[in-house]
Amino acid sequence: MTHYKKNLLLRIDWLTLLLYLILVGIGITAVYSSEYSSLNQEFWDFSRSHTKQLTWLGISLFVGLLILLTDSKFFYSVSYLVYVLGIILLLLTFVLGGSVKGSNSFIQIGGFSFQPGEIVKVSTTLALARFIATPELDYSLWKNRIISMIIAFLPCIIIILQNETGLALVYFSFILVMFREGLPSGILIFGIASIALMISTLLVEAIPLLIIITAIAILVSFLNRKALRNNKIFFVIVGIAWFVAVMFSQVIVPFVFKNVFHEYQVERIYTMFGQDVPSEYLKPGSTPSQDAEYNVRQAKIAIGSGGLSGKGFMNGTHTKYSFVPEQHTDFVFCGIGEQFGFIGSSILVLFFVMLLLRIIHLAERQRSTFSRVYAYSVASILFFHFAINLSMTMGLAPVIGITLPMLSYGGTSLLSFSIFLFILVRLDADREVLIR
Amino acid sequence: MDNKMYKKRAWVLRILFILMGAILIIRLFNMQVLDDKYKTMAHNQAVIRKVIYPKRGIILDRNGKSVLANRISVDLAVTPVKVEDFDTSKLCSILGITTEEFEERIEKAKIQNGPLRSSVFQKFLTNKQNARLQEDIYDFPGFELVERSLREYPLGIGSLFLGYINQINRGMLETERYSSYRSGDFVGITGLESVYEEELRGTRGVEYWVRDVMNRPQDSYMKGALDTQAIAGENLHLYLDADLQAYGEELFEGKIGSAVAIDPKSGGILAMVSAPTFDPNLLSGGDLGKNFSSLYQDPTRPLFNRAIQAQYAPGSTFKPITALVGLDVGVVSPSFGMGCAGGYYGCGKRIGCTNTRAGHAANLKIAIATSCNSYFCHIFRLIVDSKQWQGGKQEGIQKWHDYLRSFGLGNTLGVDITGEYKGHVPDRAYFDKAYNNHWNSCNMVVMGMGQGEIDATPMQMANLMAIIANKGHFYIPHFVESIGGNKNHPSLEKYLEKHKVLDIQEESFDAVIEGMEMVVANGTGRVAQIPGVRVAGKTGTVENYDVINGKREKLDNHSVFVCFAPVEDPQIAVAVVVQNAGYGSTWAAPIASLMIEKYLKSEVSRTALEERIKSGNTIKKYVYTLDSIQRAKDLKREELRNADRETKIRLRKQQDTMMVKYILNEYYDMKID
Repeated sequence: MTHYKKNLLLRIDWLTLLLYLILVGIGITAVYSSEYSSLNQEFWDFSRSHTKQLTWLGISLFVGLLILLTDSKFFYSVSYLVYVLGIILLLLTFVLGGSVKGSNSFIQIGGFSFQPGEIVKVSTTLALARFIATPELDYSLWKNRIISMIIAFLPCIIIILQNETGLALVYFSFILVMFREGLPSGILIFGIASIALMISTLLVEAIPLLIIITAIAILVSFLNRKALRNNKIFFVIVGIAWFVAVMFSQVIVPFVFKNVFHEYQVERIYTMFGQDVPSEYLKPGSTPSQDAEYNVRQAKIAIGSGGLSGKGFMNGTHTKYSFVPEQHTDFVFCGIGEQFGFIGSSILVLFFVMLLLRIIHLAERQRSTFSRVYAYSVASILFFHFAINLSMTMGLAPVIGITLPMLSYGGTSLLSFSIFLFILVRLDADREVLIR
Repeated sequence: MDNKMYKKRAWVLRILFILMGAILIIRLFNMQVLDDKYKTMAHNQAVIRKVIYPKRGIILDRNGKSVLANRISVDLAVTPVKVEDFDTSKLCSILGITTEEFEERIEKAKIQNGPLRSSVFQKFLTNKQNARLQEDIYDFPGFELVERSLREYPLGIGSLFLGYINQINRGMLETERYSSYRSGDFVGITGLESVYEEELRGTRGVEYWVRDVMNRPQDSYMKGALDTQAIAGENLHLYLDADLQAYGEELFEGKIGSAVAIDPKSGGILAMVSAPTFDPNLLSGGDLGKNFSSLYQDPTRPLFNRAIQAQYAPGSTFKPITALVGLDVGVVSPSFGMGCAGGYYGCGKRIGCTNTRAGHAANLKIAIATSCNSYFCHIFRLIVDSKQWQGGKQEGIQKWHDYLRSFGLGNTLGVDITGEYKGHVPDRAYFDKAYNNHWNSCNMVVMGMGQGEIDATPMQMANLMAIIANKGHFYIPHFVESIGGNKNHPSLEKYLEKHKVLDIQEESFDAVIEGMEMVVANGTGRVAQIPGVRVAGKTGTVENYDVINGKREKLDNHSVFVCFAPVEDPQIAVAVVVQNAGYGSTWAAPIASLMIEKYLKSEVSRTALEERIKSGNTIKKYVYTLDSIQRAKDLKREELRNADRETKIRLRKQQDTMMVKYILNEYYDMKID
């Protein structure tokens, strides 16, 4: 405990908070500029989105301050309690919930609508961290692994029932935490590889994809040449994986798309990515539907038209004039892409990556397992949101309603990520303390 | 459980995060920097290019009265494919139509211009309709208000020389002059509208607008950096005296013919009447096509600009020119006289002279005043047969031709409206060919008195008067004095140039002018006298023929009068032709004289004369006959062609039947009737 500093202010990781504030600032700028605006509107007009968002920032900072003033052991001790409360809150939405845009996951309080699913991410994280940090817990036992999965996926199931698939999928990011804590790497590799294969089959043309798959197989074999020499089974696995991947992308998908699926089904799959259906899957004589998923198409146009340096602040023709639906919530990134171009967008991506790496850095320096698991959970959830949201706005992933953390308009989303980070910073301030 | 074992998995996650960031940045680079298609798509989607049509220049007379102006009208246009379901009853009630009519018009629009293109749904909205639609137009997707500028002729005069505008036709689009035009653009078709198209149209502007997802224009694109301003067209100021023009058109009611008045000092056209005329507003706006075809079919041919297109033998009005040429060549002097007893016998066959009084050709002055035919036939022969020509009569006739050409005859003058005709002045080659090289001055002797192989337009006749008034020079007659206030505009340069007619001595002109003044003072044109104004003029009564019912028939003479005034300081030169109206002094001279009085004094004192002219109708029935003969011929030819086709078919059927009967009869022994 030689480096232990008395002053809490000195123990706080200011870099994380700075990155947090930068991202929120970019978010409010994007919301402000992308809002439909006629001239001569007051900046401080409280019916407008950016002022609402500023209000939420105020609330978030206040809550953050409270968190920083709280003892770090408090979060450990209340974790199961808040988890149970969270589940109850989720169930309450079935009773109290007002339907917002076809999902039943909102509770209306006054003028603000509130989405318990966002907050429950925090309580689930706390409970998962608490469970894995249980003293003398052997996480190599499948029994414990399965319990942790139940903790993680119970809210997920409820949220799916509420018809909010996107939000539910976020809970799958806990797999990353479990992987860090000892879940066999095969699951992660298999999962990521399957997703990558599926998406690339749709987005990449057949022959280049064949070359890429083969290259990966050769690369993996080369990197593990020692293991290959000793273990023939590994070679067989790589071979089978290669064969399955090739069969899937070159034979099965084309065959199924051509002969099994109806044309509209194929179209549905492609339009989720904002892609036109390739001509080989079109029946002769039929015309492709002109409006592949409107949102993604418009989002891609908005981002793509930004060019290298963008159209300039407040000059985004597409975002300003409502061509992109949901342009200050899920598609908030379009405003950045259009107005600040490749340079601005890349900087934003780099900020996110920096934040994620910083959180891993924090995680790895924790003395207590609770703090480490918690930090990894935050990193995983942020990563999932960041990766999926940006991918879907750029047509790399299907459109599922997932917000861009800190940037998207939406009070609950901002508040929940703020709570996430402030608890993390608070725990990190006590990194030398064994929290249990 | 110790976490050391899985410490390296932290690196797996770090790499995963970095990898994801890299993928996203590569994707961004691809979309934003490498791929241009999104920029094009964004531009096509959000930016509207709006062509701003400039205000077309207006046309003003010499006193600043506008004779051609603009009027804004608003049309409701529809693009059928964009029409969505909406409350049609509201639109119908604004326009005052039924829903069935609405459907009908949509169908019509689809047929007319195709469903993808915008067609006019209702023309010329009233102010009230316009105001209501301005408010609610976004409730009617597919509909838009289109402003357009219509040409308006506030005084209703000058239809033929002012011209009209219409949508450019395909033939014009292929010419170089109109290469920058697009189908659907309006362009001057005739008259000043066409000649000064480049000056009147102005410069088109382009505005780029950003629109929102509802298709509403929101803001200028890039703060207007790419926009270009529309520059309004230049106004034309004319020499025209609108009052004189209107008065001339009034005098010509019920007559066929034309009058041209020129300011000799500048060549500016003060009035150009071609009768019968029509209200130029008929050729502006919606019914242009319909009105044009009814004007086109009118037997009196109102679309024919007689002032520059009708070619008449000038008749006796030509005699001053013969005199001038004779004097300049030197074959006669002003005091030259001859005896005439009512006919010229120099060429064997008698050429009649209306005057039989002794001494009516005692000298040049008197001969002009009495319009002695013999005198001018004689001068003509003296000119052609003069001993001074080395090449004999051939050179003589060529010299005669050259003189006339330098007087502005036999070729277009270059007036600044479209459609000018040349008239006709025969040269030596013409006669060599016509008479197979065997001719002498007797063959065309009537040219000396303005008959025979010589034709001139009223414009050329008026210009002859300007030349005499100026004693030897002229400016090309033209309408436009200044363009946008600039008298030295490049398009007007050629009208500032002074044209000298050879080197005819001033004394020769003085002698001729004296004679012409005598015509009015106590000669054939006394009716043209204006109290207090010295008028020099010359009457003409022109024989003309046409073929009616297969026979060449002599029609009523054209009544012609040319003059200028005041003699001491000429301000107006006039030529008037009234077709088939009789003596020059009966109709043409009064019209010319009244117009001069109107111009110089702005009030007409001779109301009795004015009344007689206004109420007179000189249009002969055979005008309709001549026209209907032509039309009947056309009809017959058309009918014959159709009948031929039917006959052919009938014949072919007959042949087939015969063949069948023949076969049945020959091979099957069957008899069929």
